[in-house]
Amino acid sequence: MRSLWRWFAEKWVFLLGLMLLGYLFVPIAVVLLLSFNQPGSRNTTYVLDFNDLHFTMDNWTNMCGAAGLCDSLQRSIIIGFCATVLSTILGTLISFALVRYRFIGRGATNTLIFLPMATPEIVMGTSLLTLFIGAKLPLGFLTILIAHVMFCISFVVVTVKARLAGLDPRLQEAAMDLYATPWQAFRLVILPLVMPGIMAAALLAFSLSFDDFIITNFVTGTSGYDTFPMFIWGSNLRGIPPQVNAVASAMFLISFAFVIAGQLRTRRRSARRAATS
Amino acid sequence: MAALLPTAGGTGAPVDAPPASPPAGMRARRWVPYALLAPGLLWLIAFFIVPVWQLFAASLWDPNGSVETGYAMTWSWSNYATAWDMFHVQFLRSLWYALITTVVCVLLAYPLAYAIAVKGGRWKNLMLVGVIAPFFTSYLVRTYSWKAILADTGPVVEFLKWIHVLGPDGRLLATEFAVIAGLVYNFLPFMVLPLYASLEKLDVRLLEAARDLYHGPVRSFLRVTLPLSMPGVVAGTLLCFIPATGDYVNAQLLGGPNTQMIGSVIQSRFLVVNDYPIASALSVMLMATILVLVTIYVSTAGTEEVV
Amino acid sequence: MTDQDLCIEGVTKTFGSFTAVDDLTLTIPDGSFFALLGASGCGKTTTLRMVAGLEEPTAGRITLGGLDITRMRPYKRPVNTVFQSYALFPHLSVADNVAFGLRRKGVSKADARGRVAEMLDLVQLGQYGSRRPAQLSGGQQQRVALARALVNNPEVLLLDEPLGALDLKLRRQMQIELKRIQTEVGITFVHVTHDQEEAMTMADTVAVMNEGRVEQLGAPAEMYEFPASAFVANFLGQSNLIQAQVTGQADGHVTVDAHGNRLAVPAGRCRVTSGSALLGVRPEKLHLAADPAAVPQGHAAVGGVVTDASFTGVSTQYLVRAPWGSELTVFVPNSGVTAPQLPGAEVHVHWAPAHSFLVGS
Repeated sequence: MRSLWRWFAEKWVFLLGLMLLGYLFVPIAVVLLLSFNQPGSRNTTYVLDFNDLHFTMDNWTNMCGAAGLCDSLQRSIIIGFCATVLSTILGTLISFALVRYRFIGRGATNTLIFLPMATPEIVMGTSLLTLFIGAKLPLGFLTILIAHVMFCISFVVVTVKARLAGLDPRLQEAAMDLYATPWQAFRLVILPLVMPGIMAAALLAFSLSFDDFIITNFVTGTSGYDTFPMFIWGSNLRGIPPQVNAVASAMFLISFAFVIAGQLRTRRRSARRAATS
Repeated sequence: MAALLPTAGGTGAPVDAPPASPPAGMRARRWVPYALLAPGLLWLIAFFIVPVWQLFAASLWDPNGSVETGYAMTWSWSNYATAWDMFHVQFLRSLWYALITTVVCVLLAYPLAYAIAVKGGRWKNLMLVGVIAPFFTSYLVRTYSWKAILADTGPVVEFLKWIHVLGPDGRLLATEFAVIAGLVYNFLPFMVLPLYASLEKLDVRLLEAARDLYHGPVRSFLRVTLPLSMPGVVAGTLLCFIPATGDYVNAQLLGGPNTQMIGSVIQSRFLVVNDYPIASALSVMLMATILVLVTIYVSTAGTEEVV
Repeated sequence: MTDQDLCIEGVTKTFGSFTAVDDLTLTIPDGSFFALLGASGCGKTTTLRMVAGLEEPTAGRITLGGLDITRMRPYKRPVNTVFQSYALFPHLSVADNVAFGLRRKGVSKADARGRVAEMLDLVQLGQYGSRRPAQLSGGQQQRVALARALVNNPEVLLLDEPLGALDLKLRRQMQIELKRIQTEVGITFVHVTHDQEEAMTMADTVAVMNEGRVEQLGAPAEMYEFPASAFVANFLGQSNLIQAQVTGQADGHVTVDAHGNRLAVPAGRCRVTSGSALLGVRPEKLHLAADPAAVPQGHAAVGGVVTDASFTGVSTQYLVRAPWGSELTVFVPNSGVTAPQLPGAEVHVHWAPAHSFLVGS
């Protein structure tokens, strides 16, 4: 009894942490469960009644069965890809300027980077819509892309900046000392070392873009260029097709598998490193 | 989200170390940083600064105009008074909900971040993956999932009825509880990550020294751990409070007419009613309020660098 | 002087209002092991960086073998650097790190491989070519940094506090190692350090820097025995410096009055011959006598009281309070010749005038 008490005194914070982690997984588990459920009638996809569950694989085998679902997914991927590429390039350039150069206007630049992150999405959505209406720019692919790149840039900058700032400035000097021109020093030393940061920023940008609803809702208008979140929102009245749960579950499982695989790889690598030294 | 993670203090370069200037080979070209900045900053200026400015202008348009007839710029400052009169309930409610959400998030995130950073051991990285796991699915789907969990025939309500916390007609959906629960769930990771980052940097030896000095885990926590993790608390608070204030997804999906938040109002004024002047005025009010609150908060909390 | 000397002529470097290097002129002979010694902030690293091309002088000229390299890009100079924190490329293997410079100079992969292997053998890391820098110990990383610079066969090798991150024992070992390698390859080494012992052990010539200027330049023994200034006397080992007033000159000696004691210093060991000065004697050149009669003929002596005696193994370190209040440090070898003194004992501190020196105050 006493030893049990001591074990608990030692571990209670950890156990509390595990419980909170469990809480974060609850809705995900429900989505997984519902992805195998055949809703009794329309409009009841999001009802969790344990007495009224009907197992089915249909949602998984027939994901594109719901009209418009797969089109919206495709649009989200296209937008996400374009927004990621653009914002990662623009943001990375800014972080290089911020970390590696001293120039007039640094403070203003930092503020400009910070502001979009300190602004609620709804404000950015309304202001962009005002701009687009004023400029008579037809809403659709282009306006969505513009908006997504805009709100991704700041996040790319801070992510890449963190990695760059952690880089020893002597590495570039060492490269130049060893006969590398500034361009070679960048290509052979700086870029490979900053790459993990850039990749992380790109992943972040993609997930921000892919999942954005509030801003996208403003800049899509009636163009019909509905992304995945817009599709879900739009289906609200007609009833959300149960396939959405299969798609969301698949998204979760794929991302989770990737991240875990990455974790295992770094763990194995560090274990090997520890073994050899 | 790394955005507001606390950064390490000064650069702490030794006196004899090279100053933070680029090597001679690069210094000559002063235009380089501006060339690097230009495309990204122009994008931000064109699609953030200019629109916000236009939004501000739109908030002063003639409220009697319409999409069909167009709007005249009449410097109608009265739009703000009108907006306040019509929607101050939702406005204040949003701030209130966001505040509760933030407080609850701190209370939940602290033990979680602490467990990962200090007690995580070899499970640290895996637990961190768990924290960001909700991001792997769609925000809307997650919120819909809560709708199912909290539904009138759902397990939570059934249980609460069974232990007589809820009456036979009691429900959770369309209540403040549901909206705030949704907000807390959706923004909890944004609180955990910066908190984790600041707790992770904490030197375990400091805690041991603190136990020596203050005796007892409670006092050493209050005097050492908590103050040292303040930058994380500040960053997490901002990451939580700001989006929560402007959110309308949770209020829309989990709430009812009595829990409407300002985001819903702006959204419907803009997209449904097409009342641009009032909707713009509300947006500007929201942005201004948040900027003022954040400035006050950050300066009182005393962390010089949050970006 | 040969043609390949490195010459720094009237070089000044300012950062804003701060002058890091002030009108510095130095000639570093070809093939020498040269140390720049000074406390942090004295301008020694900035000097090194200007030679490497990582900093541009505000004024002055740097030439190498007669060629003006003042504004030459770092990647065009026949100069390589061992950085303070090594600055090894963490994403490249040890062999690729060492091959980096050769590959940039256009040496073929195959040729580079052979030279890299040779160089890794020289620094005794032949087995470690495929490792990453993070998998090596501090001492091993240091040697990789050295190999990476040396493999390019530079005309001058710059070492910026190369041993600063190593523990004492490893540092001693690497000092000997570096000296051996320098003798073997015959390249000019310019070594920046704040550790006077390290500078003295390794270098043929030491330049002591202070506030952006060279205080003294010379062979280590020469500088130690006859420092040019109070700063050098204190920075290079320990000194007892006694405030004194020059009273005159006679028989090749300068006589001074130190707190009422008339003392003589050979004229050849005086940096100043008038006005107020500091009379210096190294602690190991001071002797203790319990009895005035035991003071040898010709020695200068002052009385005092032992205030502290600490046993350090090879010697005992005494603090003796002189009548004018300041304390003199005396090292007495534990050779068993004299009996130890206890704190409180009255003693006579004496020294051979030829061991004293006079510097400006």
